[in-house]
Amino acid sequence: MIELQHLSKRFPTADGLFTALEDVNLTVSDGDVFGIVGMSGAGKSTLVRCINLLERPSEGRVLIDGLIETADGGPVDLCALSPAQLRQARRSISMIFQQFNLLMQRTCLKNICFPLEIAGASPAQAGKRALELLDLVGLPDKADAYPAQLSGGQKQRIAIARALASDPKVLLCDEATSALDPTTTRSILRLIQDINRRLGITVIVITHEMAVVEEICTKVAILDHGRVAETGTVAEVFSNPKTEAGRRLVYPGGVQVTRQLPGSHIVRLVFHGGTAYQPLIACLAIDCGVKANILGAETKNVDGRAYGYILLGLPDDDAEAAKAVSYLKAQQDVTVEEVENYHV
Amino acid sequence: MSEILNHPEVQRLLLLTKDGLLFAIWETLYATVIATVFAYVIGLPLGVLTVVGEEGGVRPLPRPVLNVLNVVINLLRSVPFLILMVLVIPLSRLILGTSIGTPASIIPLVVAAFPFVSRLVEASLREVDKGVVEAAQAMGCSPFQIIWKVMLPESRPSLISGFTTAFITILSYNAMAGAIGGGGLGSMALNLGYQRRMNVILWVSVVVLVVLVQIFQSAGTRTAVRLDKRITRVGRKRRMKATRQDAAGGKRGSERI
Repeated sequence: MIELQHLSKRFPTADGLFTALEDVNLTVSDGDVFGIVGMSGAGKSTLVRCINLLERPSEGRVLIDGLIETADGGPVDLCALSPAQLRQARRSISMIFQQFNLLMQRTCLKNICFPLEIAGASPAQAGKRALELLDLVGLPDKADAYPAQLSGGQKQRIAIARALASDPKVLLCDEATSALDPTTTRSILRLIQDINRRLGITVIVITHEMAVVEEICTKVAILDHGRVAETGTVAEVFSNPKTEAGRRLVYPGGVQVTRQLPGSHIVRLVFHGGTAYQPLIACLAIDCGVKANILGAETKNVDGRAYGYILLGLPDDDAEAAKAVSYLKAQQDVTVEEVENYHV
Repeated sequence: MSEILNHPEVQRLLLLTKDGLLFAIWETLYATVIATVFAYVIGLPLGVLTVVGEEGGVRPLPRPVLNVLNVVINLLRSVPFLILMVLVIPLSRLILGTSIGTPASIIPLVVAAFPFVSRLVEASLREVDKGVVEAAQAMGCSPFQIIWKVMLPESRPSLISGFTTAFITILSYNAMAGAIGGGGLGSMALNLGYQRRMNVILWVSVVVLVVLVQIFQSAGTRTAVRLDKRITRVGRKRRMKATRQDAAGGKRGSERI
């Protein structure tokens, strides 16, 4: 388990202290794929760099268990470790980067051997393990290639293999797919998901793209101006973002405008991951004979499940509207609420 | 034909070529090689320290230590070589018991070259991608491992280019050492060529020096390009071609401290 307690980070700048993180509290359970999303400058990268102490927090604790033998077997606070202990702990926390950060003068195989070399493994042992990992990431023929000869996606695969070499407990992904095209992004995300499932490694994904979170994360925290705006399962946060920052990220097209409604009966349908393939509005028209007007919608299809909302304008007639509402309320995985005003 | 060969100036030149010129080349080369080795023995660690020791570096040093280091390097680099040679005479006497001769000229060469070398090394190490160093830190590398396994190997092509520059600079310094009793091509050009007005010798010495510089420069650049794994095969061909043109035009090797 990874626990961040009251984490703050301030940087000295020319105009005084800049607060990058303010009292961040997060808990990541073992085996989670945890997404941390936010706009540029929200403090995501600083946060992930605080987890392996590339950035030392100004205040707070970074508790991770199972990295170092402790007297009581409990978690250790990374901030309290000696430099040598911290190096030891870091071998169990791997990291991949947006710019891959491979050693350009080493072959791919030697890149993957690097963490093992550092830990003092014999070259033969390291080489054997590296070949296995090359296989795992699907690039068995690139052992003797240099990173300069690879595409971006291939480089990230080598970086992932390198990150796995030391048998880590945690994998930190700092915008790992932001430099890649959509197809490559998808294949890299699949690989990360596969690693999480097969090896049970806890993954923390930093990204500004909600699509990445949708694709692989189980839980998500939304970071806004250095604070955690909201956190929960992906389903919860996606179906009903509670905060301004959450709405901005989940519905990037939506601008916050409150409009006068064009009718008296407006309902918001919120989808909680029911099947995406049911033609709900058509059913409403056929089964109840109610002609609903779609005023606005923002839905996402995550793994064949529908998340998001639809704003429906129902007929002015009270009886007809009530009939429609009760029909909709009977549907599974949908909540219905009447709205006074709405956001588009 | 025989008239030309029998000309006294040519006769003298042939004689000098047989005895003097080859010996002068040998003296120049061994003084340069030894001085370069010592300049690197001292300058390389200092160059590394100036990079890793700064604030936010891999192994920060106390501020005053770093400041002293930088001041010493700058100080030595700001003294013109001709004057430095004179200043270093007591040191040469202390170490070798004499301040005259080719071995004695190696001491001022080292004193002048190691600060230059440390700046070259510093520049090379600064080219290493910060992200790669950070990745190594995140993997749990010690500062020494980062220097030895990341920074130096990653900057290898640049270090080799720097080495070439240093070697050629020391070669040209070595020629100046002729002015205070050092041996080699410089002394030959100055003492025989200039002071005894044997113009032919002056020019021959210069031509030999130019040829040496060309050879070392292109060998150095070729090695650096060949060992740079960031360059793919096509890029390498292009770079090699550019190097050949540079060498022919004599654009390189003109660096001075």
